[in-house]
Amino acid sequence: MKQDFVPRAKNWWSGATGPQRRNERSRPSGATRGRTTRRWGGIGWLVGCAALPLASCQRAGLLDPQGPVAAAERLLLINSTAIMLVVVIPVIVATLGFAWWYRSSNPHALRRPDVDYEGRIEFVTWSVPALIVILLGGVIWIGSHQLDPRAPMPATAPPLEVDVVALDWKWLFIYPDQNVATVNELVVPTGRPLQFRLTSATVMNSFFIPQLGSQIYTMGGMVTHLNLLADAPGEYPGLSAMFSGDGFSDMHFIVKAMASQDFDGWVAQARGSGPALDDTGYAALARPSQDVAPATYGSVAPRLFEHIVDETASGQKKPSGAALPSPLQEAGG
Amino acid sequence: MLGRLDWSAIPFNEPLPLITGAVVAVIILAILALVTLKGWWPDLWREWLTSVDHKRIGVMYMTLGLVMLLRGFSDAIMMRTQQAIAVGDAQGYLPPGHYDQVFSAHGTIMIFFVAMPLVIGLMNFVVPLQLGVRDVAFPVLNSVSFWLTASGALLVNLSLVIGNFARTGWWNYPPLSELTFSPDVGVDYYLWSLQISGIGTLLTGVNFVTTILKLRAPGMTYFRMPVFCWTALCANMLIVAAFPVLTSAFAMLLLDRYLGMHFFTNDFGGNQMMYVNLFWAWGHPEVYILILPAFGVYSEVIATFSGKGLFSYRSMVLATLGICVLSFMVWLHHFFTMGAGADVNAFFGIMSSIIAVPTGVKIFNWLFTMYRGRIVFTTPVLWSVGFMVTFVIGGMTGVLLAVPPVDFQLHNSAFLVAHFHNVIIGGVVFGAFAGYQYWFPKVFGFTLDERWGKAGFWCWLVGFYLAFVPLYALGLMGMTRRLQHISDPSWQPLLLVAEAGAVVIFFGILCQIMQLYVSIRTREQRRDLTGDPWNGRTLEWATSSPPPAYNFAVLPKVETIDAFWEMKRRGPAAAAPRYEPIEVPRNSATGFVAAFFAVMTGFALIWHIWWVVILGFLAAAITIMVFGWSDHREREIPAGEIARMEQARIGARGAA
Repeated sequence: MKQDFVPRAKNWWSGATGPQRRNERSRPSGATRGRTTRRWGGIGWLVGCAALPLASCQRAGLLDPQGPVAAAERLLLINSTAIMLVVVIPVIVATLGFAWWYRSSNPHALRRPDVDYEGRIEFVTWSVPALIVILLGGVIWIGSHQLDPRAPMPATAPPLEVDVVALDWKWLFIYPDQNVATVNELVVPTGRPLQFRLTSATVMNSFFIPQLGSQIYTMGGMVTHLNLLADAPGEYPGLSAMFSGDGFSDMHFIVKAMASQDFDGWVAQARGSGPALDDTGYAALARPSQDVAPATYGSVAPRLFEHIVDETASGQKKPSGAALPSPLQEAGG
Repeated sequence: MLGRLDWSAIPFNEPLPLITGAVVAVIILAILALVTLKGWWPDLWREWLTSVDHKRIGVMYMTLGLVMLLRGFSDAIMMRTQQAIAVGDAQGYLPPGHYDQVFSAHGTIMIFFVAMPLVIGLMNFVVPLQLGVRDVAFPVLNSVSFWLTASGALLVNLSLVIGNFARTGWWNYPPLSELTFSPDVGVDYYLWSLQISGIGTLLTGVNFVTTILKLRAPGMTYFRMPVFCWTALCANMLIVAAFPVLTSAFAMLLLDRYLGMHFFTNDFGGNQMMYVNLFWAWGHPEVYILILPAFGVYSEVIATFSGKGLFSYRSMVLATLGICVLSFMVWLHHFFTMGAGADVNAFFGIMSSIIAVPTGVKIFNWLFTMYRGRIVFTTPVLWSVGFMVTFVIGGMTGVLLAVPPVDFQLHNSAFLVAHFHNVIIGGVVFGAFAGYQYWFPKVFGFTLDERWGKAGFWCWLVGFYLAFVPLYALGLMGMTRRLQHISDPSWQPLLLVAEAGAVVIFFGILCQIMQLYVSIRTREQRRDLTGDPWNGRTLEWATSSPPPAYNFAVLPKVETIDAFWEMKRRGPAAAAPRYEPIEVPRNSATGFVAAFFAVMTGFALIWHIWWVVILGFLAAAITIMVFGWSDHREREIPAGEIARMEQARIGARGAA
């Protein structure tokens, strides 16, 4: 099948940058570093070094969400960080402050070497972290339920179903309703819920589109579920986030989010072109290969996803028409 | 005859491991030659290799940990360099097959053969002294534990030149680690070396739980034990409870690999997530096995150098016990992304964040120990303050990762890598270094150089932030871990900063080597004749530096927390003590010989050389049985000799 693949873009990532990327914020300035060093000495230098990489963060991944799930997760990250910083910053300041003020050479410090217990302080030391954790516990409980990967997206449009198969070392995307399939390229409509069923025909991988939200494991013989939604048209990087062997580093894919009518156009065009993903086509595709260029299949053998799960779980090669077993083994549930 | 072993096992076509192997071989041969020429063999054999003295075994554990730190760190530098240069079209200098071994070996070595030996080494040296007793409960078993741990380390390092190491990451998840996907010996090296060292660790756990529960100086009730002993007790209870889980998981994976079973395979009803659950049911307690003793070190260091008792001892003990129990209820947070339901994820997320409560209490207690104290800024204090600042950041990012939806984004990312290095370097490694410098004068009788020690600390601290803050940022930007090749060129500047950080840490290690060298050269000026160089509070400072084989001529009577502080406050006893003869355990070669055969058996199992497996196993069993039959295990030091040694010690202290 490989001869049918379109030539690989010279730089995989460069095509994936959305209009929101701001590269001009990226470089740490040498001049800033020089001034900081002179003025504040060792500690200032330390803080400067720590801050520079943060300042050079680009708007990418979690920092540049393109869907409601990723946006909610970023908000959760910011909220949880803020809740904890309420304690963390005073503790850091107090640690440095106490260490400095009570140094043995400070003649002004008040010393009470005999006091090693104080009930009121003990009460505070337990209750402050406890209060923070109670607050955070609520956030965790609500967040876990709202952002459950299985929970369908609240949207009016009917969901688009996509079946995802992790192979050595590429991603197969099957569109059962459209009867087309792609490799390493996930084309989705914007504003329409995406309902994924995922499995692996090989070792464990993790399916992850940082800008759209949650990742989830793909495991052989098991099916996981994920619901996402893309807000805006654009190209977003996707990857495997679970080490899976030699070809792992290049096991990424590109998500092309486009308006609904463009998506329909793409489906129509895909149906008309590209080879069929039948038993032989799948067998060829399943062979290990690295750094695979995106490709499209014009048709897919019926119930191929269920067939792959069954074949992986039973360890036997079966023709795709063979009777399929009962319900799929659900992961984690 | 030799199973799967033949010349193709030697990587002649890969210069890197071959040259490394040759250099290491030359160094080892040079050391052996030196020992032979100087005629040190009898001393080495008598005083160290067959010693069952907990102090000597502690020193050997620490030495193993520090040597393996160099190995693990060279892996780290290799990885940072590869990621810094293999960007865009460049492929770097490590092909995937090699890079995968490097990161697998780095994790395995750093956890099992650096962090564990450092922590167990400190416990070995310090716990019996702090308890005011003469040895651990089972001295020979202690030696067996050490030598089995060393055997595991040796096997892992053998894989550098004979065959290859695992390419599966240090968790060794199936099905990638199953025969179908990893047919070579790498995974077998991983499994057998960890099985052998795991037995050693389990025996250590049994030994120390027994020691702390059953052997304490007269009057030392549980609530008069130093906090380091409490943390050691909890860590060893965790070892006893958690390590069998790891051993069982590995045993099932070995059955899959050697006998074609299907515990964790994709097919025939295997369930890979069962391994993942079992691995982390051990793995999460494991991080507390490492960090609790480090917390104990900080408690000792901060109290001693603030000239105050530890603030709220009761809270500290409760917090330690709380962490010990909670650590078994959080393992699922290592794989929120497996697709469990929201209730399960929320439960484990909340349990994980609850651990922040006792940990936060500990931080506050150290803070209030410093409050209104008189802090002497020695190197151990720098490590401790550096730890407190660094660890709260690591703790915060840890709680972030415990929020399941946040983890859906950051799982397996560079952010996660930064988080656990933040708590393991900033917590365990800093603690091990603080303890190393704090107890060094007790071990060897002279203090370590402060200038080089402080230089080392600042390099480590700055290097740590330089190396890992960029990884936090990269993780937020969507970079996952274990990438041999980076596709996004805009990540390169941050990766170069991280590389620079690793180099700064390297300078820190050089400073520490210099510190050791300078201190040994000038040891006569830095002798500790008092036995109490820091104005300590606990019983290890009541005896001489280094302590005699029997630790205490007369077992101390304990009436309070900080027993030695109280003794100093009351002044010396009026009457001269009456010395009685003391029985100390004889040396035993059991550990060394059994470990020799364990290495043989392990190596033969890896390469399927079955006749050697049988021979090695029988020989190891016979070694243990021979020891079991001996009834000549103690020797007595006569009272006169003890009196003479004690007079010399008291005389030296008077002169100082």
